[in-house]
Amino acid sequence: MAANELPSSRAVAPETVRRRIRIAAVLALTLSLILIWRFYSLQVLQYERYQTLSLDNHIRMQAVPPVRGLILDRNGVVLAQNTAVHILQVVPEKVHDIEVMLQAVDELVGLSTAEVEAFRSRLKKHPAFEKVLLKARLDDVQTATFAVNEYRLPGVTLEAVLHRDYPQGSLVSHVLGYVGRISESEEAMIDPSAYQGVRSIGKIGIEKQYEDLLLGRPGFAQVEIDAHGRTLRTISRNSAIPGNTLNLTLDADLQRIAREALGNRRGAVVAIAPSNGEVLTMVSSPSFDPNLFVDGIDQQTYDALRGLEDRPLVNRALYGRYAPGSTIKPVIAQAILDAGISPQESVYCPGWYTLPDSTRRYRCWKKTGHGPVNLHGAVEQSCDVYFYEMGRRLGIEAMAEVLTRFGLGTVTGVDLPDEPDGLVPTPQWKRATRNESWYPGEDLITVIGQGFLMVTPMQLARMTATLANRGIPVQPRILLSKEESLSGETLSSNVSSQPAKPVVEASLDRVIQSMTAVMHSPRGTARASGRRSPYQIAGKTGTAQVIGIAQDEEYDESVIPEKFHDHALFIAFAPVDKPQIAIAVVVENGGSGAKAAAPIARKVMDRFFQKKLQRAAVVRKRHVFG
Amino acid sequence: MFSGRSLHLDGPLLIALVFLSALGLVVIFSASGENWDVMLRQGVRLGVSLVAMLILAQVPPETLRRLSPHLFVIGLVALLGVLVIGVAAKGAQRWLDLGVVRFQPSELMKLAVPMAVAWLLTRGRLPPSFTMVMAALMVTLIPAGLVVIQPDLGTAIMLIVSGMIVVFLAGIRWHHIMMLLAALAASAPFLWSRLDGYQQQRILTLFDPFADPLGSGYQTIQAQIAIGSAGIWGKGWLEGSQSHLEFIPERSTDFIFAVFAEEFGLIGVLMLVLLYVFIVGRCLVMAYHTRDTYSRLLIGALALTFFFYLFVNLGMVSGILPIVGVPLPLISYGGTSMLTLMAGFGMIMGMHARRRLMT
Repeated sequence: MAANELPSSRAVAPETVRRRIRIAAVLALTLSLILIWRFYSLQVLQYERYQTLSLDNHIRMQAVPPVRGLILDRNGVVLAQNTAVHILQVVPEKVHDIEVMLQAVDELVGLSTAEVEAFRSRLKKHPAFEKVLLKARLDDVQTATFAVNEYRLPGVTLEAVLHRDYPQGSLVSHVLGYVGRISESEEAMIDPSAYQGVRSIGKIGIEKQYEDLLLGRPGFAQVEIDAHGRTLRTISRNSAIPGNTLNLTLDADLQRIAREALGNRRGAVVAIAPSNGEVLTMVSSPSFDPNLFVDGIDQQTYDALRGLEDRPLVNRALYGRYAPGSTIKPVIAQAILDAGISPQESVYCPGWYTLPDSTRRYRCWKKTGHGPVNLHGAVEQSCDVYFYEMGRRLGIEAMAEVLTRFGLGTVTGVDLPDEPDGLVPTPQWKRATRNESWYPGEDLITVIGQGFLMVTPMQLARMTATLANRGIPVQPRILLSKEESLSGETLSSNVSSQPAKPVVEASLDRVIQSMTAVMHSPRGTARASGRRSPYQIAGKTGTAQVIGIAQDEEYDESVIPEKFHDHALFIAFAPVDKPQIAIAVVVENGGSGAKAAAPIARKVMDRFFQKKLQRAAVVRKRHVFG
Repeated sequence: MFSGRSLHLDGPLLIALVFLSALGLVVIFSASGENWDVMLRQGVRLGVSLVAMLILAQVPPETLRRLSPHLFVIGLVALLGVLVIGVAAKGAQRWLDLGVVRFQPSELMKLAVPMAVAWLLTRGRLPPSFTMVMAALMVTLIPAGLVVIQPDLGTAIMLIVSGMIVVFLAGIRWHHIMMLLAALAASAPFLWSRLDGYQQQRILTLFDPFADPLGSGYQTIQAQIAIGSAGIWGKGWLEGSQSHLEFIPERSTDFIFAVFAEEFGLIGVLMLVLLYVFIVGRCLVMAYHTRDTYSRLLIGALALTFFFYLFVNLGMVSGILPIVGVPLPLISYGGTSMLTLMAGFGMIMGMHARRRLMT
């Protein structure tokens, strides 16, 4: 059968098959064109898209965070630095099961509920291929424990990062402030490109004030990775630029002396160099450890710190507002002189004062009275009655005017964030805020630095420096110089070279003489603190009432709770003829300014001049042997 | 001493094939991560395959025709053998260990099926009757079914296609084609349900590979990125980041074209496709020139199947066809496929060289 059919098929077939071959050829050609079109579409029309995808695949930009600038005191003592610590980071897309991973990490190094919660909230905000912080600051044991188990936890990496560290702890915390993790509200405000790879930001103090100087500029490393996410090599690197090193005007040693002198009392000490406004010491007590804030303080500790009655977080030197008490008397005395009242004019002090047409008695601090006192004696012995009389004559407007000229009630412009202004009251102010008229009695309260008058220790220090400068005001400043990290160039912070105009026209010598008498005359209120001083001091004590004392009552420390005791204040500068330091001390509820505040100032000044002498001795020696 | 004619070879076709295979070695060197061993091993396979081509070119068409049914039966037995005593590799049972060589019966069937169908159809009158079409369908589907069980869907599809091409070339009537297509459409839901989950997924992935970029869409996406990122001129030999950084799975076998396209760009793709089209076209011309129907059907079927391989592979790599395990002919790493193809080209050359003797 097969043999029969063969010839016929041979005879019929050729044309049919040839036609089909032609059809098939056309079909194959068409399919080839479809393929070519497909490749044209991929390689030409969509080239850009796929090229980007390809680069994304294997080239990653890794931000190299800059090293934050150091902060040093005026002598080079390190106040803020960066140390390496270990942290745990997670790349979510590489983790098979987040829950299982969290449990495993918890078993190895322990995770607090707060850490897990923070991790989960970060997890939601970041793409799965980005590193998310799981645990900050592992101790040595945790680091070692995790390191040997790291291979079991793909996607979790142990990394060494630089971490802000404050070696002086609580000593300068109020001035320095601290850095903390960038919050959501801060994230909205910062330039993301400037903060690539940066985890923390200055929250308060100098760290906040000079954030832009300290930050530096992030660098970038372009790295090639393979399909498994392993980094193969660095293609290019754009180094990060470290932040500026900041030298502060503070003297850590002086700071320590002031801290120790304050002890465990609440209060503030501010010392500035009158000639240029450099803040030598700025202490607020009690204090806190800024290192607690660097990794994000936990709510419990923070609440505890905030809840404390002593309020250790508040920088009293800048934000504390106090009635200045008698410390303003030298300034008032100058106003008296300016008003043309003779310094020889005496006022008889029986221990109290009454306004004409009134029976209300305004007490002098000395119950038995000072007898007849002139201006010099009134400052020296802080006679309230003399000043009541002069306050009545001057009137509030003139007093407010001179106090404001000496910088009370206005910001000092010190380079710290959010400085408050305090208050020098005027009748206009009282009308505007309280809708009450000004009473003549309020002149008397104001003249002894009580009542509505509210100043900060920083303002008092500036006022003292202005007195020391014989009326030439200075602007306090904390930044001494900045050193550029790359060039090593040191730039002093800009101080206006032009001397400011004096705030008063007449000579302040007479007032300063009286202030010197406060320290060195046998009747001076702070004579105990001026005794055996190798240098001349001009000072003024102050005691500010915290509660009102009724007409028929006595102020008796022994029966009043401590928190209602008077605030003790003291201002001073030295040496009198060529002042190098001006200081303001406030001791909350310290009682008498002479007893509680003046000794602190003396200790700080002693240390200050002792160091000056030592340095001079070293220089002399060098001069001799060099 | 030996001219091409006396060896029954075809000059243009031989040159194109050798050029293509040599290019394959170059691409494999890159795709293997610059591994000399891999390239040399493939080179040896190429040599063996060329020898097989030379030998098969000497077999007269009449002998091929007479051997067709026997070869088919042997292949069928071997396929059954694979299912019973086969050797598994990569989850599929495809190999038969003959002691000396491991042998893949499904590869033999790639030649045996079109030969058997051509033999069957040339026994009757052309264009084939409905009965003949049904018989050819049986001859195709039975080995394809055995291959599907292995499982090797890709090869099974290629077997069916090669058999059907013979039926098409033999002049099957258009209304029979319609009936077959209707039957296929009717059984589509059933076939779909018979597919494994991963196979269904591969077909679905075709419509939206980015739906599961790290799962079933990964291969397709990464291959497309490799191809697309090459642009017109390519990234240069050994410079393909997608392939060298291991983003492309199966990069020396089924997805080798992605490597080629990434490194040589659209220009390379055009040249390679042209080379393939030339080979297929040359074979179709040869089919046109032969005098006997068996040779004509077989040459046409082998050439068009070769083209179909190319189309399926490029379609899959470029994301217009689902991922089926079909290697790029003559370039993908692997010996058996190359041996079969070269043997087929040997037969083509032999049949063409002896076209006068048949008349």
